[in-house]
Amino acid sequence: MRWMWIDAFIEFVPGERCTAVKNVTMAEGHVHDRFPTYPVLPPGLMIEGMAQTAGILVGESRNFSENVILAKVRNAEFDDYAFPGDQLRYEARMDSIDDHGAMTSGLVFKNGEHIGRVDLMFSHVNQAIKQLDLPDHNFVFTDNLLKLVADMKHRFSTQEPSSE
Amino acid sequence: MPPTNEEVFEKVREVLTDALGVDEEEVLPEATLQGDLGAESIDFLDIVFRLEKAFNIKIPKGELLPEDLMNNPDYVDGDRMTTAGLAKLKEAMPHLDLSGFEDNPAVAKLWDLFTVRAIVNYVEGKLAAVG
Repeated sequence: MRWMWIDAFIEFVPGERCTAVKNVTMAEGHVHDRFPTYPVLPPGLMIEGMAQTAGILVGESRNFSENVILAKVRNAEFDDYAFPGDQLRYEARMDSIDDHGAMTSGLVFKNGEHIGRVDLMFSHVNQAIKQLDLPDHNFVFTDNLLKLVADMKHRFSTQEPSSE
Repeated sequence: MPPTNEEVFEKVREVLTDALGVDEEEVLPEATLQGDLGAESIDFLDIVFRLEKAFNIKIPKGELLPEDLMNNPDYVDGDRMTTAGLAKLKEAMPHLDLSGFEDNPAVAKLWDLFTVRAIVNYVEGKLAAVG
């Protein structure tokens, strides 16, 4: 089972941008692991949340035919922690995409307030590392991620790509 | 008016400090991207993207950095570049300073040609072509 760091998409413009939300809850064990008696969502998991948001944006643009993996965290800055009860919003934008991979930039909001920025680089691993003996099937978009994608497609099935 | 050499260098320095997480003082004209600044292959895509944004230019694959050059048997013989390979390198990458390398074109030394100065040369050539 894959750990999911986003709960749902609230906006999805294929190939261009998308927004996902994550509700932080006291019931999540990891919020108690960073500091004793001071529960927060570890910022590394906000990076992962943005990686899942932006990674699905990248994967969807090629109809999930590529194994999209996080290649590099180009920039990550946070001005605040997220606490149980907070809602995080990850806004990801596609900066560029080609056969090798994609660049994305992203903003993180907490209860509507801008608290961070996460810029990422993804690799289309089958294209970039052909000499590796990788599985034939797609090993990135599986399990819960596919369910999230199906939910996203259901929600935004009537949305047309931007003409910009 | 095109930016001065110093202005281009300062922007390239900023791109490299951001992309590679190195200190500004480390980004000297003669510093090699891999050896001195610790760039890994995945960083090159990032550097290209940042250069494109910083200078508003388009960098086609294989223009700034070699793409398939090293996989071509006409250009590489064992651990050395062939005469044809050197000629191709000179033609395709005029931003590189090949003096020294031409006398001993060891493939292992190829990445030493990719210095901060080479990036600056490339960007200046690109900006001059755009006008």
